[in-house]
Amino acid sequence: MSILAWTYIMVGLTFSIYIGIAWISRVKTTKGFYVAGGGVSPLANGMATAADWMSAASFISMAGLISFLGYTGSIYLMGWTGGYVLLALLLAPYLRKFGKFTVPDFVGDRYYSDVARLVALVCAIFVSFTYVAGQMRGVGIVFSRFLEVPVNTGVLIGMAIVFFYASLGGMKGITYTQVAQYTVLIIAYLIPAFAISSQITGTFIPQIGFGSTIAQGQDTGKYLLETLDALNRDLGFSEYTKAFGPGSKSMLDVFCITMALMVGTAGLPHVIIRFYTVPNVRGARLSAGYALLFIAILYTTAPAVASFARYNMINTISNKEYAKAPSWMKNWEKTGLIAWVDKNGDGVIQYAAGKPFKGKPRFTGETGVHGERLLANEMLPNANELFIDRDIMVLANPEIANLPAWVIALVAAGGLAAALSTASGLLLVISSSISHDLYYRLINRQATEKQRLTLGRIMIGLAVIVAGYFGINPPGFVAQVVAFAFGLAASSFFPIIVLGIFSKRTNREGAIAGMVVGITFTFLYIVNIKFMGGKPWFLGISAEGIGTVGMILNFIVTTVVSKLTAPPPQDVQDLVESIRYPRGAGAATDH
Amino acid sequence: MKKDLATYWKRNISLMAVLLIIWAVVSYGCGILFVEQLNAIRLGGFPLGFWFAQQGSIYVFVALIFIYYKMMKKLDIEYDVHE
Repeated sequence: MSILAWTYIMVGLTFSIYIGIAWISRVKTTKGFYVAGGGVSPLANGMATAADWMSAASFISMAGLISFLGYTGSIYLMGWTGGYVLLALLLAPYLRKFGKFTVPDFVGDRYYSDVARLVALVCAIFVSFTYVAGQMRGVGIVFSRFLEVPVNTGVLIGMAIVFFYASLGGMKGITYTQVAQYTVLIIAYLIPAFAISSQITGTFIPQIGFGSTIAQGQDTGKYLLETLDALNRDLGFSEYTKAFGPGSKSMLDVFCITMALMVGTAGLPHVIIRFYTVPNVRGARLSAGYALLFIAILYTTAPAVASFARYNMINTISNKEYAKAPSWMKNWEKTGLIAWVDKNGDGVIQYAAGKPFKGKPRFTGETGVHGERLLANEMLPNANELFIDRDIMVLANPEIANLPAWVIALVAAGGLAAALSTASGLLLVISSSISHDLYYRLINRQATEKQRLTLGRIMIGLAVIVAGYFGINPPGFVAQVVAFAFGLAASSFFPIIVLGIFSKRTNREGAIAGMVVGITFTFLYIVNIKFMGGKPWFLGISAEGIGTVGMILNFIVTTVVSKLTAPPPQDVQDLVESIRYPRGAGAATDH
Repeated sequence: MKKDLATYWKRNISLMAVLLIIWAVVSYGCGILFVEQLNAIRLGGFPLGFWFAQQGSIYVFVALIFIYYKMMKKLDIEYDVHE
């Protein structure tokens, strides 16, 4: 059977499973809708959290990024896992004991202020929209390459599916579909990784294979990583395992980006709300452990996949004649994610450091003497002739390694599972922020259960449409705004939630001042670099890492202002006291 | 028998502090600040610092959460605040 037929089968099958689960777990109450009734087992919640957390970016892009970045790619590996330690130790158990529905709920109640609630609400919506646009785009890319439908049709199909199960089952439907999606995505990630690891190194387990010797071909007997270091050196790149070399990020920058990603992870609303769904405080702690365990399975495989992909990629196309290039290269050239330009007219693909030309490929529609797609871009004066979009490394990997068609189809289903699971979690945050935090808490306290549930469903519908719009018309700044999501989560939520739990003295004035200073500083710094072409003026820290500085500022301002103003009222201090002890964590409530 | 809640909280904080120090040492210490020194040592085909940054730190993170879960389960029962 062809790849296309297999893909239709795999995608059709997995989508029917998601829809079936959604139908079984449909809900009738706001508690079911927002926190799945608070009865999800820690193991299931761990899986759901892992699927929620691992987005199209983790599944599709991360290994590709690492394969180009080498050591520096560790910022994503450590940054997107280390935050769970902070969550498990500093946040999840206490927020579970507090027992409301959302992050703005905690901020508003702990700081006895609707202004604080509103600031938290705006941040939650902004961060979630930033993220969800990227997921819809991921759905579109997978559809266009594997099902050969236009990207836009792919986005529309994805929108319909997400809307169906998110509005029907709310958090409960999302949770159980995420469990299924985790299963699909992890199998889809591991099978090619195992196969490629045994092809290259003769060792089945990729985590070990990537530190082993190469089992076949001209490099037999040499360590894979040493071979990659040598290949990179020969092509003019910095060595694969070398830290902070020329052209790589500085130690301070790597430090700050890793921290901003860790702290940002712990402050992301769609991750935090997952811990309201377990029955008790012990469950919240355990569930964070399961979540990270399930995430770690993919995150420790990704750097191995990255090194295999780079080795395979260089070996199969660098210094090879284009006419004899493998079919995967031509398949992906059709999608515009690979481009080759014969600068020196020898018909051979020369791959070297540096961009071959300015910007993304713009094809003229004509083909050259070797059958390659010609480009209209302005060429740059270096020897590199090859453009490779980093996103394809994982998707093309099974083709590069000559794996059977059903594996390629499975990877497509896995990419869709990763994108859809994250999108649905984010849509729920957007919906609950508007229907619960804004409408119910701030506008109409008399709203009935039924009204609120209907509004929640309508909001999911609206959010899906907005997200789909951004998926079809991606704003040029999607990649840039990811820096915002983590920077803002790190510099706004994290410090005031942690202080809200660990310091009774922290008060309303401190929290608002801290959030405003932290966000403003981070926001202006990122805008200056990403949109106004400014230099990273603060110690050379890049936009992705500045959230760390914003977070420190927030901690300082919150603490100092709290010291200078009146302590919080007694009932708030009692609340803080009560969330420190697990006993009596009932179900999450909305009052 | 209800022991002092303040002691429970203090013991929770010191456990957290120890685990967070380990968290920082493996990731920021071994994976970033001392990565170049550790890369001189090899673990099979891995330079050790590189291994910590791309593998080791993640294994330690997982272990830390499960250790915290186990220790707190005991502590909750000892101070009679468990659910």
